[in-house]
Amino acid sequence: MEKFVSHTGTAVPLRRSNVDTDQIIPAVYLKRVTRTGFEDGLFAAWRNDPEFVLNKPERQGATVLVAGPDFGTGSSREHAVWALQNYGFKAVISARFADIFRGNSLKSGLLTVVLPQETIEQIWTAIEADPATEVTVDLEAREVRVGELVAPFEIDDYTRWRLLEGLDDIGLTLRNVETIDEFETTRPSFKPATL
Amino acid sequence: MTAAHAAPVQPLTLAEKIWEAHVVRRAEGEPDLLYIDMQFIHEVTSAQAFDGLRLAGRTVRRPDLTIATEDHNTPTLDIDKPIADPVSRTQIETLRRNCAEFGVRLHSLGDANQGVVHVIGPQLGLTQPGMTIVCGDSHTSTHGAFGAIAFGIGTSEVEHVLATQTLPLKQFKTMAINVTGSLKPGVTAKDIILAVIAKIGTGGGQGYILEYRGEAIRNLSMEGRMTVCNMSIEAGARAGLIAPDDTTYAYLKDRAHAPQGEDWDAAVAYWSTLHTDEGAKFDAEVTIDADALTPFVTWGTNPGQGAPLGDVVPNPADYADPNARQDVERALEYMGLTAGTPLREIAVDTVFLGSCTNGRLEDLRAAASVLKGRKVAEGVRMLVVPGSARVRLEAEAEGLNEVFEAAGAEWRFAGCSMCLGMNPDQLAPGERSASTSNRNFEGRQGKGGRTHLVSPLVAAATAVTGHLAGPADLPALQEV
Repeated sequence: MEKFVSHTGTAVPLRRSNVDTDQIIPAVYLKRVTRTGFEDGLFAAWRNDPEFVLNKPERQGATVLVAGPDFGTGSSREHAVWALQNYGFKAVISARFADIFRGNSLKSGLLTVVLPQETIEQIWTAIEADPATEVTVDLEAREVRVGELVAPFEIDDYTRWRLLEGLDDIGLTLRNVETIDEFETTRPSFKPATL
Repeated sequence: MTAAHAAPVQPLTLAEKIWEAHVVRRAEGEPDLLYIDMQFIHEVTSAQAFDGLRLAGRTVRRPDLTIATEDHNTPTLDIDKPIADPVSRTQIETLRRNCAEFGVRLHSLGDANQGVVHVIGPQLGLTQPGMTIVCGDSHTSTHGAFGAIAFGIGTSEVEHVLATQTLPLKQFKTMAINVTGSLKPGVTAKDIILAVIAKIGTGGGQGYILEYRGEAIRNLSMEGRMTVCNMSIEAGARAGLIAPDDTTYAYLKDRAHAPQGEDWDAAVAYWSTLHTDEGAKFDAEVTIDADALTPFVTWGTNPGQGAPLGDVVPNPADYADPNARQDVERALEYMGLTAGTPLREIAVDTVFLGSCTNGRLEDLRAAASVLKGRKVAEGVRMLVVPGSARVRLEAEAEGLNEVFEAAGAEWRFAGCSMCLGMNPDQLAPGERSASTSNRNFEGRQGKGGRTHLVSPLVAAATAVTGHLAGPADLPALQEV
């Protein structure tokens, strides 16, 4: 996984709540067997509307998505994270993320940042007033900076360390393979097996 | 030692007991490493995980704790012919190749054990109390009906479990959902869970395992319990959970993978300890009165936007919070509905009976009991899609297919079908459905499609009248 230390870029205000993963990428776009090429499916239904914020010329090249609360609800499809990354997003900011989406994003290196809704409103106001406004998402300092605004955010130490170092989660777990071996000897014999 | 000297035993919730029994490693400042007893695999969320294993030169650690099926992207007609869409065909063929290469058991289209992943696990007896179960699908919460911690994961985690049979996880919080009293006739498990979601909201369960408790839950069949747990994710919860009891054991006994002989006795002895202790503390509690419930339907574009069938479409002006008001306005616009319209007056084009929520034998029986001797309304199409190939066979053995076909409904092969708008079964833009599935998101059943979530009984009655209705709304059948 690529390291995430700090990122600065322009941003897209997505003034909607309850953006479920079927909106982020509809199911018909989930047929690919790779982790790339999902950008066409990103917000596919809404992108038919030329007025949709992502279609505005001033939002081209933006890398930070600032969304309403309850972003990423519904289906567990990690394709939603890949679609955002394939499109060019490096971070998503919202007052609340659905659990599975949040987990998927942090595994894949898309930084999801939780900030209070009042702060989100301030960021929306700033980036709507001037689309060239840069937003910095600084994982090392655990803060988002937009002009004069400095908003601290919380992220657990372990996840932060893994992202800062760009570590492979599976590799980390496999360092404890002997503990797993040992645990397996204690499993009751009545537990089911498929083979 | 006298009681006064005994160390007090910390009372635990059911979720805590199961969690503690699966902790492989616990270290300060790190998530718990949790052992996973079973992983279910399907075609849509696994290809990239198997690819990851190949790239890193890793194997599947426990193919014997892994099982795969094809469900999301499969047709429910002409299953004996090659899949028409080449991209879909590639996805299915990729799963078949991956399972062959890594030694994972697969139930393919055409196999008697193929079906929606959350229907076949319990049916095979692979879902048992006290287990940890994962699948790259959010409706994995279904399996919590057996008293197992079961939750949906993304593809990175699918790969993690394939490689290590574990997941690093921060412990979930616990919420008790007490469903007191008993359900009136015509009110079902689906109505309970739609009412729960309407009450706590689509984000209300975030970070929690919901443990459903109380008389109304105890009185549900395993099928009904699965319906309730299935939609826990629609309240944002990680998982749903119901303590095992005699209903659970009776369902499991003699299933293909249920313990046998002495193992069965040992298993039941252990399962009997799986309940929330007296005095255990939940992080949150919610109570629902089952006596007060009536058939529940959704009017909006998320599963929390629902109301009793006797209500009217809500008015955005009645919502004080501007964000909530905007959500309702947007939902009504998408759904093509006017505030104040009685829900019973909403006409539908399509009725879908099936899915991991309501595609089991009991659901088909309930719908057939309404449709027997009646006809699907002119201009309405009804799809009946059994949750698994075996459910289809069992339903045919009872003659349910004949009831559906005589009523004018289509009798399909098993799969996720119209639940998710991925395979050929989809709504056309602007079409409206009454659906026994779990999500009414914009475009969920096909681009521009409009979905009302309902129980199997409401689905069947709606098919007969052509607008949202419950069985009690139908005129009594003439005796012949």
